[in-house]
Amino acid sequence: MIQAIAFYLFAAVVLISGAMTISSRNPVHSVLWLILAFFNAAGLMVLVGAEFIAMLLVIVYVGAVAVLFLFVVMMLDIDFAELRAGFVRYFGIGLVLAVALVCEILIGVFAWSAGGIDLARRAAPSEATVPNIVQIGNLLYSRYLFVFEGAGLVLLVAMIGAIVLTHRERSGARYQNIARQIARRPQDATRNMKPDVGQGVQL
Amino acid sequence: MTGGVGLIHYLVVAALLFTMGVLGIFLNRKNIIVILMAIELILLAVNINLVAFSAALQDLVGQVFAMFVLTVAAGESAIGLAIIVIFFRGRGSISVDDPSRMKG
Repeated sequence: MIQAIAFYLFAAVVLISGAMTISSRNPVHSVLWLILAFFNAAGLMVLVGAEFIAMLLVIVYVGAVAVLFLFVVMMLDIDFAELRAGFVRYFGIGLVLAVALVCEILIGVFAWSAGGIDLARRAAPSEATVPNIVQIGNLLYSRYLFVFEGAGLVLLVAMIGAIVLTHRERSGARYQNIARQIARRPQDATRNMKPDVGQGVQL
Repeated sequence: MTGGVGLIHYLVVAALLFTMGVLGIFLNRKNIIVILMAIELILLAVNINLVAFSAALQDLVGQVFAMFVLTVAAGESAIGLAIIVIFFRGRGSISVDDPSRMKG
């Protein structure tokens, strides 16, 4: 009973905040609604026992991606009213297409039945006694090790790509030249002088 | 999958969320930041589907692949936002219609 209540609560909030994300006038509000949607989707995943994915959703999406969106939205000085120009124009056709799409998917979902799925042929059966994160860890570091490494590589490439794309050389700036600093020896930089009395030093 | 909530319920939620993402791309045709957010919504719907099937079939592979989808989504949004930033720097606007004027 409590599970059903929680499910309907989470599902309703996910759908409402998803709708607000795409219809908000202000993109900052959009990002905040998106964060709410992610939180509630994490709740939905906790309900089915996928704790690891739920926590990953909170950490990666809410903690990193949504904050990145927030940074970019706030950093760029954009006239968002101008960008909304086509909103009303495309509302009708967009809604028709969306209703058609959701009808198709729902027809597909309700026409679907598990039928001939052979539960004995599952790729990685989960056990109720072992914690979710232990099972996922065992699977990730054994059978899916190379895919896991590939995912790490994707993240590395994304990081390097983002840095390379947004990095720019400023013309007037003075940068530290570390190699030159290290190559500099005391004898290049200092001189021993023996000035005469009353003569001073010629530099 | 207990308490009267089954796989179908999750599939319906995911279908509605997916459609909202597609609708978001249609509605905010000019605002590429909201389009990226709509893509995140679509990927979230996909993740809900994967996790729901994983729980229903008691097969962990769905959750592992949900994690990979999450990875790609994070990388995609990072690169997308970086491209938006450099595009804004050069042009002072992020309108989706502008890139069609680019040559070469």
